[in-house]
Amino acid sequence: MKYLKFLLVGVLFGIILSKAEVVSWYRIFEMFKLQSFHMYGVIGTAVIIGIFIMRLFKYKAIKTIDGKEIIVAPKKKGVSRNLIGGIIFGLGWALGGVCPGPMFVLLGKGIASILVVLSGALLGAFVYHAVKHKLPH
Amino acid sequence: MDFILQPWPWYVAGVLIALSMFLMFYFGKKFGVSSNLETICSIGGAGKLVDFFKFDWRKNKWNLSFVVGLIIGGFITNQWLTPDQGIALNPKTIQDLSEIGIANAGSSYLPDEIFGIDALFSIKGFLILLTAGFLVGFGARYAGGCTSGHGIVGLSMLATESFIAVAGFFIGGLIMTWFILPHLFN
Repeated sequence: MKYLKFLLVGVLFGIILSKAEVVSWYRIFEMFKLQSFHMYGVIGTAVIIGIFIMRLFKYKAIKTIDGKEIIVAPKKKGVSRNLIGGIIFGLGWALGGVCPGPMFVLLGKGIASILVVLSGALLGAFVYHAVKHKLPH
Repeated sequence: MDFILQPWPWYVAGVLIALSMFLMFYFGKKFGVSSNLETICSIGGAGKLVDFFKFDWRKNKWNLSFVVGLIIGGFITNQWLTPDQGIALNPKTIQDLSEIGIANAGSSYLPDEIFGIDALFSIKGFLILLTAGFLVGFGARYAGGCTSGHGIVGLSMLATESFIAVAGFFIGGLIMTWFILPHLFN
């Protein structure tokens, strides 16, 4: 039962991504074609509110549900990892029109072919860890 | 109720995504989907081949629960909350897509040319799906995050690393959309 709350946030997030059409290949295409404000609006609104939320956490204005301090782990340093990793990710995002969250949402929508995309993503994560010691970070 | 059944505007989605992120931190965890790919690899026995995957995946059950929720959320929306499966697109977008070989753009959530059964069972179509996934999985773990971890959490932290990663997302996305996609379906 202690995991139920995370499952429910997942349900909420899945419904949002689906109802706002973030899981649609077309919304990603038009974003990169700069032909619609929709995705910029979605991410922009989330980030602007997110900045306030992160400030609340940073200044310890809010504790967790268990009364503990909320700690947001810093991102891993390194220009190469973030830039090259980001570019590879972006190529895939625009090709398949899905990032990791929407892959699972589309699975729930009953899209059979997303299983191939998801298998590819698992393989990609696996291969990264198999070859990472040879990559610039 | 009608409001729920209509497509949700960007500002509603943006507010609710921020709420989802807040709740995950409030519940003592973090907000990021792509690390689940590593957890699933670990469950699948990837630790036998690559040492990294020898971690105890049970410590990530909370995040796997979140992913199960995503699947359920997709199911619920599809079954009961989406009477109209069409996507209202800019006529220019529909025309551009038709010119690169993607017909009936916006008649459903996903183009048949990529996600349809015919594409799935063709070698080219299968490889496109697999490659898209591979690039997303490899890139997300290389960069240490995807649209949620870098795009939402990292940008909200105003983290330099995430601005670099998101710039990368756009460089890659623009290259694919403007220079590669136009040659794939003609």
